[in-house]
Amino acid sequence: MATDVGSSSRTGRNLRAWGVAGLFMLPALALYALFVLFPIVQAARFSLFDWNGLEALDKFIGLANFERALADPVFLGAVSHNAFIVILSLAVQIPFALGLALMLNRKFRGRAILRLIFFAPYVIAEVITAIVWSLLLQPNGLAEHLLTAIGLEDAYSPWLADTDTVLIALFFIITWKYFGFHMILLLAGLQGIPREIEEAAAIDGASRWQGIRYVTLPLLGPTIRVSVFLSIIGSLQLFDLVWVTTRGGPVNFSNTMAVYMFDRGFVRFQFGYGSAVAVILFLICFVLALAYQRWVLRRDTEGATTYG
Amino acid sequence: MTSRWRLLSVMGVMALMFSACSGGGATTSPSAAASGAPSAAPSEAASPSTAPSEAAAPVTITWYHIQNNDPGLSLWKALADEYMAAHPNVKIDIQVNENEAFKTKLTTLLQQGDVPDLFQTWGGGGLRQQVEAGLVKDITADIASWKDTINPGALGMYQVDGKNYGIPFDLGLVGFWYNTKSFTDAGITTPPKTWDEFLTTVQTLKAKGITPIALAGKDTWTGAFYWAYLAVRNAGQAGMEKAVVSGDWSDPAFVKAGEQFKQLIDLKPFQKGFLAAPWDGAGSGAAAMATYNGAMQLMGQWLPGTVNANSGGSRAMGEGLGWFPFPAVEGAAGDPFDGLGGGNGFAVGKDAPPETVDFLHYLVSLDAANRWGALNSGILPTTNGSEASTTDPMLSLVLEGRAKAKFVQLYLDQATTPELGGAINEAVATLYAGTGTPESVAQAINAAAGQ
Repeated sequence: MATDVGSSSRTGRNLRAWGVAGLFMLPALALYALFVLFPIVQAARFSLFDWNGLEALDKFIGLANFERALADPVFLGAVSHNAFIVILSLAVQIPFALGLALMLNRKFRGRAILRLIFFAPYVIAEVITAIVWSLLLQPNGLAEHLLTAIGLEDAYSPWLADTDTVLIALFFIITWKYFGFHMILLLAGLQGIPREIEEAAAIDGASRWQGIRYVTLPLLGPTIRVSVFLSIIGSLQLFDLVWVTTRGGPVNFSNTMAVYMFDRGFVRFQFGYGSAVAVILFLICFVLALAYQRWVLRRDTEGATTYG
Repeated sequence: MTSRWRLLSVMGVMALMFSACSGGGATTSPSAAASGAPSAAPSEAASPSTAPSEAAAPVTITWYHIQNNDPGLSLWKALADEYMAAHPNVKIDIQVNENEAFKTKLTTLLQQGDVPDLFQTWGGGGLRQQVEAGLVKDITADIASWKDTINPGALGMYQVDGKNYGIPFDLGLVGFWYNTKSFTDAGITTPPKTWDEFLTTVQTLKAKGITPIALAGKDTWTGAFYWAYLAVRNAGQAGMEKAVVSGDWSDPAFVKAGEQFKQLIDLKPFQKGFLAAPWDGAGSGAAAMATYNGAMQLMGQWLPGTVNANSGGSRAMGEGLGWFPFPAVEGAAGDPFDGLGGGNGFAVGKDAPPETVDFLHYLVSLDAANRWGALNSGILPTTNGSEASTTDPMLSLVLEGRAKAKFVQLYLDQATTPELGGAINEAVATLYAGTGTPESVAQAINAAAGQ
């Protein structure tokens, strides 16, 4: 909402505006402080102690927990697995979702059904997805039976049980679960693009491909950027699916930062160390999110905001 | 951090825990072994309670236990009622919690310094932490007159630096469960007694096209049983106690344990996809055994129940199963009958009224133990002389093995800390996943213990 700018009592008005805004924000701010800021501060505090959650919080060890995490090959492996999932998501999942969105944006029979089918996996809870896929992929499961039925029994191997293939298999499950979400997001973006612009391009002699490349995609930019952002953050926080299917195994080959944090904190009761890992995870997400907002989403957010 | 995480934490940790619940099969009525008159309680109890309870002031004992299902739930309640009837001044406030809920609850209570008078403990490192925090009462003197009525191996798990801080009421043992049909099909008539014979058995089964071993590689504590048992064999009681207490795991016996486990791993004895197999549920090690896709499994006394649950109704409780103790290792320092296991017990809180120990004595009296045994619920009582009360053939096999064991090493994650236990599980997994060596495993464990 545009405010009227440049009047003489600008500062006074700003103050009053802030006061009113502050009053409206107070309940939300209080909740935010209690349930978001306070735990973050607590985690940061715990991360400086050697603490098992039971004894008194008195073994202050400075940054030793952080040094330990950054020197632990298992944690560094987990970071690299997260990076791997981020890159694959951006390289495979989003283009795939975009292709489907472009296809489903055209008018044809059965379009609504297809949209529904593609979106359905996203509605299923992550834990259920994980359980179902581990059942499908396990030896003697549906995957093996299907491949055997079409004469490809050699193509089957227990992918989730193999250190070489477990990450790819997990990425496949993640993609299955989330492409529908990105597809719907992009589809919504596509429907916000006025038909006339594309028609004008067509009249000007643009081919179908040129229309997409030079008209549709640039106009879809803001949506794609949001989609990419959600995909990055989701990949960095990946937990449920991995914990249920493989628990980070075999031997940490599918470990992620969040799985590592949970295992060290809640399974091995190293709450100090687990907190340090949580802080690192938080910092990575926070810095990435800020940088993304600052440099990538800036144009999009600027267009939506007015300054007084 | 969504709320789903909290649920998951419960689910996840639950899967890692050894709640000895083989369930089912309990047909004997709890009252069968119980005498009619509650006041005629433990026969062997030269109970010190009769005198002070005459005109004693009323006391309340808060008691936290985790037998939240029948038949155990009712038995504990009956025992408490009987005790209260015999001691009118004592009121017992029973707080029943599910296993995981109890851990959370107890942690909170202990952090507040609000220690229950009598509460569930698994002994070992967890109890040691509570003792070191000054939360648990030293009951060495209080139990001196009757501590010999308790299985000494089990009692030892609840000692810290030679002093008693808890009393066991249950001790189970890990051992090899096997499908008798698979052994018959392979022409194996007697279960292997030594590690070399065991390796031969594996080869014989393999030659017949039978998958020798079901392993639940996703739940890494199952694979760690092999290493732990071989460590017990090679290091012996003295070596294990030294490592557990001092945190020095540099003994060459621990490399040796890895080497012997590696001999087995090199035979490729495990079922297809074992690295992703959980210990329970679809695709699990137990399911593999239930469907004869694995002739043997190294597991605790709860396995018959798990196999039954994962067989899709095809196998009754204990049907077609046999048990043999972990094989001896020739020339190793440890006693060949030493065991690996764990169970349940009670610790007495620091501010507990003196009557608490007396009540605890009643809970582990021969009468109470016999009533527990007769339930065949998977709780294997630790009061001497109660062994015969367990009539389930599977559990009796385990009890036979336990009777031979002079020393039972508590599960390593309970004997040490969850932290070191996790590191051991993780390190041993590198061995059977093919990324580690016996040396690297021992080094990783020693490094984790030193942290």
